[in-house]
Amino acid sequence: MTIAIDRRQFLKASAAAGGGLALEFSIPAVAAPAKGIPPKEVNAWVVIHPDDRVVIRIARSEMGQGTLTALAQLVAEELDCDWMRVTTEFASPNEHIRRKRIWGSMSTGGSQGVRSSQDYVRKGGATAREMLVAAAAQQWKVPAAECKAEKGVITHGASRRRVRFGQVADAAAKLEPPKDVKLRDPKDWKIAGKPVRRLDIPDKVMGKPVFAVDVDLPGMLHASIFQSPVFGGKVKSVDASAAEKMRGVKKIVREADFVAVVADNWWRANQAVRALKVEWDEGANGNASDETIMKMLREGLADPKLPEARKVGDAAAAMAGAAKVVEAEYASPYLNHATMEPMTCTAWIKPDGFVEVWTSTQNAEASMAAAAETAGVPLEKVEVHKMMLGGGFGRRGAPQDFVKQGVLIAKQLPGVPVKMMWSREEDMRHGFYRPASLVKMKAGLDAQGNCVAFEARIACPSILALLRPEAIQKGIDFSAVRTLNDMPYTIANQQVDYAMRNGHVPVGFWRAPGLQNAVYRECFIDEVAQAAGKDPLEYRLAMLKPGDKNRLVLEAAAKHAGWGTPLPAGIFRGIAMSDGFGSFTAGVVEVSVNAAGEIKIHRFVMAIDSGYVVNPDTCAAQAEGNAAYCIGMLYQANTVKNGRMVEGNFDTFQIPGMSEMPKVETVLVPTGGFWGGHGEPGALSFMPAVLNAVYAATGKRVRTLPLKPGELKKA
Amino acid sequence: MIKLTVNGRVHNVDVEPDMPLLWVLRDQLKLMGTKYGCGIAQCGACIVHVDGEPVTSCRAKVGDMAGKKILTIEGLGKPGLHRIQKAWIEHEVPQCGYCQSGMMMAAVSLLAKKPKPTDADIDEAMTNLCRCGSYPRVRKAIHAAAGQSPASPAKKA
Repeated sequence: MTIAIDRRQFLKASAAAGGGLALEFSIPAVAAPAKGIPPKEVNAWVVIHPDDRVVIRIARSEMGQGTLTALAQLVAEELDCDWMRVTTEFASPNEHIRRKRIWGSMSTGGSQGVRSSQDYVRKGGATAREMLVAAAAQQWKVPAAECKAEKGVITHGASRRRVRFGQVADAAAKLEPPKDVKLRDPKDWKIAGKPVRRLDIPDKVMGKPVFAVDVDLPGMLHASIFQSPVFGGKVKSVDASAAEKMRGVKKIVREADFVAVVADNWWRANQAVRALKVEWDEGANGNASDETIMKMLREGLADPKLPEARKVGDAAAAMAGAAKVVEAEYASPYLNHATMEPMTCTAWIKPDGFVEVWTSTQNAEASMAAAAETAGVPLEKVEVHKMMLGGGFGRRGAPQDFVKQGVLIAKQLPGVPVKMMWSREEDMRHGFYRPASLVKMKAGLDAQGNCVAFEARIACPSILALLRPEAIQKGIDFSAVRTLNDMPYTIANQQVDYAMRNGHVPVGFWRAPGLQNAVYRECFIDEVAQAAGKDPLEYRLAMLKPGDKNRLVLEAAAKHAGWGTPLPAGIFRGIAMSDGFGSFTAGVVEVSVNAAGEIKIHRFVMAIDSGYVVNPDTCAAQAEGNAAYCIGMLYQANTVKNGRMVEGNFDTFQIPGMSEMPKVETVLVPTGGFWGGHGEPGALSFMPAVLNAVYAATGKRVRTLPLKPGELKKA
Repeated sequence: MIKLTVNGRVHNVDVEPDMPLLWVLRDQLKLMGTKYGCGIAQCGACIVHVDGEPVTSCRAKVGDMAGKKILTIEGLGKPGLHRIQKAWIEHEVPQCGYCQSGMMMAAVSLLAKKPKPTDADIDEAMTNLCRCGSYPRVRKAIHAAAGQSPASPAKKA
């Protein structure tokens, strides 16, 4: 996908902005393509037009997190091209397979987009630069070492000759790529590390069609789906007599666990799907409820023989000898991702058997595999067109349910492209939810208040058991125990046990998987600090080794937020920290709680050490996003009754709005030497800091989310 | 046939009068900038202007729209870009971008009624939902478009 902003429009926009440009560069304003002369692929990452426009191929997905721009910055940095001539396109998944996975991973999750591909994308840029320089040097018959590339121009200093990238791209493409290239020291970065403007924003501001829901193909039909309300249920019978008479209806689709209507317009399809009379075989799960799920988790906590997720020293003995023991139980509900764009897939089974799919996916290869398997064709006969994602947050990665459904529906109408879009109600009730969990923690303190023993028992459905069973090791799902079994705190005796209790509700990776444990741990540490009569910041610092990067971010957040300094009346602070997704984060939150018990979050200061920072502005945006995503945890829950999810739309599953958003201040403290993510780490410190601040304000510990009505009301 | 004026162009559409305007815009007129988010007028992703007023098009029956002037994101600021769109670019507002058409249409309405909105005005008028958390930048961009000085963005420590 290229960004084609009208140059004249943008220049006007810049002028109107009036000089106070906060960001370093303007958006590339790309001239109309030169006709007739095709661009040249120098290597898999870099395509150059004769007029010097550079197309950088992006293998990861863009869901608003800014990875597309950051990856382009890294390639452009090493390529030494003119940033103002850069556009991007998503690498073709089909070509990826045919070229033996030349673009590395196409998966976008775990805040991995930049950090796990930075090395090879930078090498892609550097390799292309060396080939362009070598081609120029060959033309001039001079040693390549005497030539230099800068902003898309290669010069030979001694002879004062110069040539543009576009003029040598053809020759460069024919050269053997260098085996080893040296990457630039981040200290010398000119394009990476700068707050360049995001490349995807102009189209998004003009309402140009970029999302999966916006796909429009000649002859395309629309589908709306209704899935078994009880997870695992099957269609028993369908009475379509009313639906099939409705205007625009082309086809009634009945599959094992869903029904769908295909029509000439989505609204008509959706009206008709609601008119279907479906009888369901609910299977074994029709009686499941929040109560049965809580009972299952509680039984897990009581299990005497649980797999160990961590064992250091002898926690039981240390606990027995402790001067004081603090104990608490924390719990969280299932939570839906609730991306603003519902799950959508357009599929087209072509007459020659080739399958084309258009979807918003966090994992194009998983989408391809799902389409190929469902259509019964080899991977080579599938293309997945990657659209911009209207939010992802983990929902569109491992589970490719919507792609399978899209292809199943299209199979019923061979030769016709069908766009299947879920209604909000389907999206709310058929998620892969952040697991509900119940955790019991215990800490033993010595006479001086030092924490000498820590125990946690975790009962939580396993995401891996459903989505990646091969990754479970000795009964442990790392995403269910993280943050509790890998604490940086120097507590000599630790025991963490895990009760995998799966239930029937599908669970999945939700922004910052394992986040609930960061909430539990950091709130519990506050309880322990209080029992020890210590300041929560001092107590944490005392348990962190010198040089630990967790210390650095904790101190940075505390300093920036003015921890310990007086606050206006009625405002209270909380603090928390957690490393995760390759980065170290700490947060200080300021809240007030009124007499009715309503929480107002005023300020969130987040310090993060991600090693390097490719785009400081998008990193700040991710901190803002993490806060916004998490505020809802105070009141959101996807509850279960009669085997089905109760909440169906934003009236009952509320999304935080403008008025709830605190001021977010991002403190970037990159120390170098490692690469950490930004999409999720901010979530880890926000919510525990909020709840710790709520305790400071009210004296009440919130240990179970969501808050109960009136829980914080002044008595 | 229902006669609709959208972005200054007249269209005759042969649809059921109870079809929501959103689906006429998206599926019949192929104006895809206006988005479906909830279908129950909760999220604001589908906001368009009808005779200058912000309307959640997912709940507006097309039969009630005959003779009215409808403005969508595609027609906003034409020719060129509206000052809200320019401010949106300037302040890097969108993340995923899905809710942003509705967000901008609501912001344009707010500025029409209150040329210099306060933070409280913005909280009250901007009830659109954004899952990515573009809210602080929406606020800054509205202030900027109103000619009020926005706060400075995050700096490297």
